[in-house]
Amino acid sequence: MKISAFHLMPHRELPADFEKRYPSVWVTPPWWELADPARVGQYYNWTLDELLFAARAGFDGVCTNEHHQNAYGFMPSPNIMGAVLAKATNDLPVAVVQMGSTLPTQNPPIRVAEEYAMLDCISGGRLVAGLPLGSPMDVNLCYGITPMEHRERYREAFALTMKAWQAREIFAWNGRYYQLANVNLWPRPIQQPHPPVWVPGSGSISTFDFAVDNEVCYCFLSYSGAKSAKGMMNGYWDVVTKKGRDANPYRAGFLQLVAVADTDARAEELYARHVEYFYHKCLHVPAVWFAPPGNQDYRSLQATARNPMRRPENPKELRYRDFVEKGYVIAGSPATVRQRLEEEVVKGLRVGNLMVLLQIGSMPHELTLQNMDLFAREVLPSLRGFWEQEGWTNHWWPERLRKRASASTSLSGEAVLNPSREEALIPSPPVGERAAVRAEALASSDEARAE
Amino acid sequence: MSTLNGTQARVFPVWQNRVRMRVLTKGSGPALVFFHGPWGLHWDPFLDTLSQHFTVHAPEHPGTTPGAPDDIYHLDNLWDLILCYDELLDQLGLEGAAFVGHSFGAMVACEVAAAYPRRAGRLALIDPIGLWRDDAPVVNWMMLNPQELPGHIFRDPASAGAKQLFVETEDEEARVTAQVGLTWAMGSTGKFIWPIPDKGLKKRIHRVKAPTLLIWGAEDRLVPPVYAEEFTRHIAGARVETVKETGHAPHLEQPAAVASLVRDFLRTAPAR
Repeated sequence: MKISAFHLMPHRELPADFEKRYPSVWVTPPWWELADPARVGQYYNWTLDELLFAARAGFDGVCTNEHHQNAYGFMPSPNIMGAVLAKATNDLPVAVVQMGSTLPTQNPPIRVAEEYAMLDCISGGRLVAGLPLGSPMDVNLCYGITPMEHRERYREAFALTMKAWQAREIFAWNGRYYQLANVNLWPRPIQQPHPPVWVPGSGSISTFDFAVDNEVCYCFLSYSGAKSAKGMMNGYWDVVTKKGRDANPYRAGFLQLVAVADTDARAEELYARHVEYFYHKCLHVPAVWFAPPGNQDYRSLQATARNPMRRPENPKELRYRDFVEKGYVIAGSPATVRQRLEEEVVKGLRVGNLMVLLQIGSMPHELTLQNMDLFAREVLPSLRGFWEQEGWTNHWWPERLRKRASASTSLSGEAVLNPSREEALIPSPPVGERAAVRAEALASSDEARAE
Repeated sequence: MSTLNGTQARVFPVWQNRVRMRVLTKGSGPALVFFHGPWGLHWDPFLDTLSQHFTVHAPEHPGTTPGAPDDIYHLDNLWDLILCYDELLDQLGLEGAAFVGHSFGAMVACEVAAAYPRRAGRLALIDPIGLWRDDAPVVNWMMLNPQELPGHIFRDPASAGAKQLFVETEDEEARVTAQVGLTWAMGSTGKFIWPIPDKGLKKRIHRVKAPTLLIWGAEDRLVPPVYAEEFTRHIAGARVETVKETGHAPHLEQPAAVASLVRDFLRTAPAR
């Protein structure tokens, strides 16, 4: 198993009546009424510190992602965040999982190939190159890409990216959407022939085919848990089988919301309001914006029209206990979380690359660190060895990080300033005894900044 | 050739046979080409009335013809689309026909008339898009929830005209067909106007030589009637008829009134 900490970087302090007062969390939320740049600076720093904390606490990877014009998660440039993370984790055996920069919003899209190559060089070959399509809200509504061209542009940009990383000769790209007479990427990634590629999808059959044909890791970034993802992931594995590929669990990634506390009851006390904030406010978007006309191809459109019950529930009508019961969020004691993650997600969906969202909605910094700490100490170690016992190799993980020993994690707790190239390439020695990580130690730097 | 709702349906291959354009034809008299709006072609009472006085040819926008949804992927931009219409008009043998268009279709009619001034004998534009004013933005109907759409298109979403576009049926297959058709028509037309329906018509519109009538629903909630001023400013001699108690589709809400405005204009406007 490889287990990475995912982060959205949400607005953590939206007003209580947000979803009643405003039509959407995405595209149209008024900045001047809802946000303050200095406070948002604090959110960014918390986010970076939380991901760095996760890296030091023993997670295999740290994930960032790109979204625009929203209060749900606003890292318009994930690579700015990724650059900080890459530099600051040079002493750690942790992958920088960019989940990632969206190709159709870049013009020309080789900008993503360039920035990813930079990250791979800075991190000493620790990049996982997520190449998402981008949400319709971001790509169509905020960045003006025509819905009907969204997927076509993505596929052309994807092919261009792969060629730009690998070509030995300067080449001309005479595409339908992009024309470049001299493609000659500087720099190129350390990882050869290219960094591992992950492609997130939301269950469309054409993406299954695309993922398998291109030998990438297919990731389902879900907010409704493993139970509702079961049919979709089965569909993916069917395509893997039909196309004659092995059932390597590392072909699949999945995102799961997780909240850990000492007991199930304590988890409810600590996390209920943050979970509800996430589902009620952070996902407050008109349904049609997820699929403006033309964004879905004709066959998918027919399938959706025939089966309009793909999202049978309105999350706004659900409360914490519903979210937990339905598996949208896996929350509770370490034992509960371990058991449910293993049964429902890891085994249930056959997932080798697990991403966990541990900062949920309004969850404050301290509580996020607690959640990460408990997960890293009490849940992660027991899951880590899961697929390795069956002898699978994670071809979708940076090669130099694949062999990380199950029990060992680096926990120096100290930032390494300007590690030399040699130092950076040598993983830190494992720390024998895992002391509980003191959240306060990391938090203090932020309080100082906030003042 | 086949018949459809009392019309003659013919399919014309254009664009190196990659795009099949179906045209519904009915009536007799001078040729009239109708360019439909973003919600697809429906043979409605307005067209039926016109067909009593004209030979009405109503092409389906590429992608909206049943059985050929993916044809739209062969067109990259508005220039490709205009050339397709030129090829189609050639095959129909039409030079100097009357052009009537609604909304997106009115923009296309205006573009064809600007690109090929001799193609259009007269031009009647019903609530056209194609120009932009920052002080009166055109509403992007592709961002509206389906339930909100009738209330934005029509003054009275419960009217018979609204039912032409928004079919109410208990039949599951008919419901799916209507819903998919409507969405795909918006996607296929939206390809040429996203995200702002100003694709340079303002640079070309001076080339329109045909006598032009603008018809505007007084209560258009999608494209404010101030745009009539923009069109009349750019097209020499154009005049405006505002239709009271109608929204963005006056020809569906008041088919008889709008048909007689169009008929009178086409009969009496002096050719140039």
